[in-house]
Amino acid sequence: MDNILFLAHTEADGTLNKTALEALSSAVDLKQALGGTLDVALYGAQFQPAANSIAACGATRFLAVCGESFAAARFATDAAASEALVRASGATIVIGAMTSRSARVMAAVAHRVSGCVDTHVTDVTAVSGAPAVTRWFYRQRIEGSLTRTQRPWILLLDPGSRPAWKGEPGSVTPQLIDVPVGDSLLRTSVKGLVTPPADQQTIRPDADLLFVAGAGWTKKQKDGQTHVPEAETIIVDFLRSSKASLGGSKSLVDISGENQSTLHFMTHLNQVGQTGSSPRHPKGLAACCHGEEPHTVGWRFIGERRAINLDPNCGWARGKADVLYVADAFEVMSKVNVLLRAK
Amino acid sequence: MPGTALTRNFREGHKLKMSTPFQVVVCASVVPDPLQTLEPVTGPTGPALKNEMMLPAILDPWAAHALYEGANLVKKVAGSALWLVSMAPKAKLQQVMMTVAQKVPLQLVAVDGPSSGFADAQQTATALATAIRNIPGIDLSKLLLFGGWESASRSAGVTLQLVGEELGIVDQFQGVDAITPNDDGSFEVLERVEGARHQVSRCAGAPAVLGWATGSLGEPRNDPQVGMSNMRAIMPALQRAVAAKITADGLQYANVATPKQQRETRIVKDTPADQIASEIVQWIKQE
Repeated sequence: MDNILFLAHTEADGTLNKTALEALSSAVDLKQALGGTLDVALYGAQFQPAANSIAACGATRFLAVCGESFAAARFATDAAASEALVRASGATIVIGAMTSRSARVMAAVAHRVSGCVDTHVTDVTAVSGAPAVTRWFYRQRIEGSLTRTQRPWILLLDPGSRPAWKGEPGSVTPQLIDVPVGDSLLRTSVKGLVTPPADQQTIRPDADLLFVAGAGWTKKQKDGQTHVPEAETIIVDFLRSSKASLGGSKSLVDISGENQSTLHFMTHLNQVGQTGSSPRHPKGLAACCHGEEPHTVGWRFIGERRAINLDPNCGWARGKADVLYVADAFEVMSKVNVLLRAK
Repeated sequence: MPGTALTRNFREGHKLKMSTPFQVVVCASVVPDPLQTLEPVTGPTGPALKNEMMLPAILDPWAAHALYEGANLVKKVAGSALWLVSMAPKAKLQQVMMTVAQKVPLQLVAVDGPSSGFADAQQTATALATAIRNIPGIDLSKLLLFGGWESASRSAGVTLQLVGEELGIVDQFQGVDAITPNDDGSFEVLERVEGARHQVSRCAGAPAVLGWATGSLGEPRNDPQVGMSNMRAIMPALQRAVAAKITADGLQYANVATPKQQRETRIVKDTPADQIASEIVQWIKQE
């Protein structure tokens, strides 16, 4: 029988983020499927709001590591806290969320407790009384399901893999685990976050639509001239009225890095594909992008896909999109903007 | 890319006088060229790629960014050195090195082992850590361990972290886009976090692990002179490559498959832009 631990860091206000609640949902389901026990472990500057919000999740024990030293997302202290919590719980299966903070430390934690780890997990099920996980290999090209005999087994669930856990809040008093914080754990100090200005925030993970701009926006158009400022206006107008999230192909993003004339708001953070992100949105619209494989692997989790391209034989036409509009993206998107403004 | 005046000076090529030079070790494997079609098959030791040894390969893309950033750091901080530690089948590694060697000056440490995405990360990390410890002249107290924050094969973001643990390094950063060294040996790091933001941290100094995202440097042009200089040492390094045996060790794959991703594409052409725009707007508005 496996004993399951749901392990999460808290946010600055002591709550749990949505991704953590999705992972909790998976932990609760696995506990029911395996018939084991469930413990909850939290770490951060404060934990009580988080603990109370999931009081009804069916956990046997609540454990916590708390203190100002654990407020910041720092490898040394996060790994020490997580290690202590995993050891204290005696869990054989540890489930957490694939946040940047957890992803930074969980492999190290697995190593310290002589366990193993799998990240980017998209599903956890019980097969013949043992947990089995599903994840992608080769950047969303091959899907595999696997089991391991080594314990503890730490699993990090990708965002959007499960519905978030919902339940009535309650009141619990977690057992505090003491983690000494010596100077060796404080060699790194977190100075803060660099956030793009609100009007330049083009990445919106919760948007219904992903809009991907390709390098074609910066190329010579029918009149033999480039129209980069016009392209910027069209794209910004569209993002404003559609509330879409902006993605870019590698070729366009690389042009931006080389200081050529290009879209000023496009950075490597926008890049979708092989060396970019694989965002999750119900719909995706690509314009002036060829839809080659290294880019479209990043579209694995996009539901409906449409593209605008002048080339009827581009990658999108070869089964990568539901609809390909063979047309001038400048013209079409300008008219789309007019229609969106009118509504 | 956000940055301080120091960051800009560093990027613009000002040579930094630092009391502590770095020893930069970049871990990078090889992966199939992303333009290739990948088909899983079941081999004697578990899942593998069909015709894996025949597929053209490249240096793992995020790790390649780590290599370029590492080379830039070594160039700017006097007295620093750069090694590339790579585990892959020897023949594959030799093929990839023909290109990589022309990019930046490097010293190769080759480990002859699988580069498959299905191979166990823990054992891979152990083999890499052993290879790093055995580098002649390596000083772990000056080590900056670089690599990609995820590979294009296993795509887990695990191996580099495990190598760091094996080497006892307690300062690790993932999704790194910039490192700015300071005169006192400390450095500032920008890491990608949720919401298209960067976390800014200051680390007291080496040793540290940095798993790179894309960084800010473009791919260097091929330099035949650098290539010739590198290849003189690369061929002996390949011949010296120690074989690493990676076993399943309790890991069992129940199923590995390429899901159907072909869509029935409707191609709309010779249609007025107004009509297309109207259809797109209607589609966007649909629940």
